[in-house]
Amino acid sequence: MSQQQNPFRRYYLPFRGRFDPCPPLGPKVFVVPPNVLTGFQPPDYPQFPPLEALQKGTLWEPFFDYYESPYRK
Amino acid sequence: MWSYEKKLMYPVKVSTCNPTLAKYLMEQYGGADGELAAALRYLNQRYTIPDKVIGLLTDIGTEEFAHLEMIATMIYKLTKDATPDQLREAGLAEHYVSHDSALFYNNAAGVPFTASYIQAKGDPIADLYEDIAAEEKARATYQWIIDQSDDPDLNDGLRFLREREIIHAQRFKEAVMLISDDRDQKKVF
Ligand SMILES: [Fe+2]
Repeated sequence: MSQQQNPFRRYYLPFRGRFDPCPPLGPKVFVVPPNVLTGFQPPDYPQFPPLEALQKGTLWEPFFDYYESPYRK
Repeated sequence: MWSYEKKLMYPVKVSTCNPTLAKYLMEQYGGADGELAAALRYLNQRYTIPDKVIGLLTDIGTEEFAHLEMIATMIYKLTKDATPDQLREAGLAEHYVSHDSALFYNNAAGVPFTASYIQAKGDPIADLYEDIAAEEKARATYQWIIDQSDDPDLNDGLRFLREREIIHAQRFKEAVMLISDDRDQKKVF
């Protein structure tokens, strides 16, 4: 999943001063993990198959968020 | 009491000889938002929290020790075959003169663990909010370590641990809702 489409990422543009010493990094990304907007886990939540769940760290598909460094090329 | 299973919660594999990563991982070993702090915080808060959520604190506190063991394994693998020279290059000379390659509860900057990293306020909402914040901080720490690490196998284990933090925060938020809900309380108007 490209970082731009990840539903658990948000961006903001830090203020840029005229005399900032370094070239700008561009938009700053931060994570809004799935737990933030979910509330109580709804009934009949979609599940990963057991082996996949063990590998991913959660049984629940909507709670899964794969992290990749936004700086990695 | 506890029973112990002689295996890791998730397989730990490290594919590059890079002891500097061990230094970074110490943030999750003996750091303020690390696994030790998490385990001690939750297991200690259990005694002064409404019955409904004691079990949750026990479960998550116990799991944090399983995470601690994974971090320990990662650090050990990255340092066990490192020479004093390699440890110096990795910024671990100070660690070496005090501990050889023994593990110790320091953070990434070498600051030793202290109980003041954690709290038990005795106020259920305050304590659970601290726990939620601790999980988000641990999640962020895993992100920053992944940002610094080029080891795909190590990152695989770190991603698993990061996902667990997301789930823990979710459960602590549900705990807040559980104890705030007054549905089963008798109301007299
Ligand atoms: Fe956790």
